[in-house]
Amino acid sequence: MTTRPPLSAGLNRRRFLQLGAAGAALTAVPLSTATADTKVATKAHIVIAGAGAAGLSAAQRLMQKLDGARVTIIDKRKEHFYQPGFTLIAGGIKSKDYVVSSTAEYLPRDVTWIEEGVAEFDPDANKVVTDSGKAVTYDYLVLATGLRLDYDAIEGMDVTRIGTDGLGSIYASPDAASATWGAMARFVETGGVGLFGRPDTEMKCAGAPLKYTFITDDRLRRAGNRSKAELIYCAQNKSLFSVPIVSEKVRMLFGDRKVKVNHDHVMTGIDLGRKMAFYKTPTGTAELKYDFINVVPPMRAAEAVRNSALRWQDGAFAADGWAEVEKPTLRHRRYPNVFAVGDVAGVPKGKTAASVKWQVPVAVDHLVADIAGTTSTAVYNGYTSCPLITRLGRAMLVEFDYNNDLVPSFPGVVAPLEELWITWVMKTMALKPTYISMLRGRA
Amino acid sequence: MKELDLAVFFSVFHEMLGPVLWLLLALAVGGIALALWVFVREGSSIDSRRLVRSELMGLLGGVAALVLMAEVTVSGFTDAGGPVDWLLVGLIWGIGLAGTTILAYGIQGVFKKA
Repeated sequence: MTTRPPLSAGLNRRRFLQLGAAGAALTAVPLSTATADTKVATKAHIVIAGAGAAGLSAAQRLMQKLDGARVTIIDKRKEHFYQPGFTLIAGGIKSKDYVVSSTAEYLPRDVTWIEEGVAEFDPDANKVVTDSGKAVTYDYLVLATGLRLDYDAIEGMDVTRIGTDGLGSIYASPDAASATWGAMARFVETGGVGLFGRPDTEMKCAGAPLKYTFITDDRLRRAGNRSKAELIYCAQNKSLFSVPIVSEKVRMLFGDRKVKVNHDHVMTGIDLGRKMAFYKTPTGTAELKYDFINVVPPMRAAEAVRNSALRWQDGAFAADGWAEVEKPTLRHRRYPNVFAVGDVAGVPKGKTAASVKWQVPVAVDHLVADIAGTTSTAVYNGYTSCPLITRLGRAMLVEFDYNNDLVPSFPGVVAPLEELWITWVMKTMALKPTYISMLRGRA
Repeated sequence: MKELDLAVFFSVFHEMLGPVLWLLLALAVGGIALALWVFVREGSSIDSRRLVRSELMGLLGGVAALVLMAEVTVSGFTDAGGPVDWLLVGLIWGIGLAGTTILAYGIQGVFKKA
């Protein structure tokens, strides 16, 4: 096999975004000099836990790089959700069909699919146990279980009531996202107090709660009702985004859009009948009345991972049970035949499809190099991207890495902190096809 | 996997447009071939009146491309927020203009009275 040069996966990702840009349609696209990798022959059994974006693209990559390997993927969910589209549904821009497809359509033919959840990980015995008690042994494990939305951690929260009494939460399901749009649309007519915010755990796309605040603001303005509403964003700490330069930009935009910000407010409970939200603050509990709220639940690693030896034992990622992996390689720090990709990986920054796009090739490259007896130099630098919608029709293409450095794909052309139509065009037109191509192993 | 950028590029557009991609490619290739064929048949000369007619249709084609783009992205050129956006607007309009002009020139050449 040929080993991938450092950062090449990232360049591919960037090139990819560049390709996705409509503006690139007519530019000459240079062919890379890379040639087809020779497949590595092996009898190894690789188990992939989780068939979301990370698991499916890992399956595709492994099948493309290995010859004779047995690949088993374990996941009980038959539906596949394009999660970056949830905000668009809840913003009234897309219908819920936009995000729903099936796991089966992206699964490579020779991959065995066990349609169950994983109940237990036993990395000392190189074994996972499924919900029905079936033990599956492996030579290599790719952990791609995603994360768990911990709605139960918010006292009084009831996901079945999303869409009623001003309760919104875009994460629970495509239906919940759609119901949230219903609740927001009513709020846009009536006005009142709109509450937004984020949890103090790691979370999927930390830009999403900000986007949704901006979309609600724009919907109110378009309806001529902005003056009837007060929008409040409750940040979990003293910033608005983990990347300082982006946080500052959002602060300015919130100022411009008259969005009030409460810092150090972590949501702990909700009274759905009285429409009150409760927050832990440095000075005690704060109670805020709302007419519309977007509840963002705390997010933690899946239960089976949290209860296993695979979790971080100490440090910032221990409490919520994220997988203990090396930042540059996604390889487990204590179990070298285990890799974690996607949301479950205990690394800083983005839990996004853009992260997956770069993480999976790196992790797979290291795994395949192990099998081939060679060494991979592939590195994941923490790249993630967030087309941060700031109003309908405009977004900022925010891309950054572990170091909080901005890493724009189009330096000097698409400015990362400018509200641009081209970024909106990318978000609404190019990103889903890019994502689907990734699942099919074509990108 | 072949890290062939053109293949990735094609894959994304195929995913985006589905069968419409083939239609657009056929139109583009067919239109150019038709225009070239007419050009050669007419002794390698351009019929200026026909060209002006085609260009006028091209203007409308550019507008149609912008309308289509607005439809697909639930937005429009009024959302343009910076120079790159105006570049994109120009590019989309230009593609519509050039495509329609070439196609119209070719078709008119085929159906012209002998």
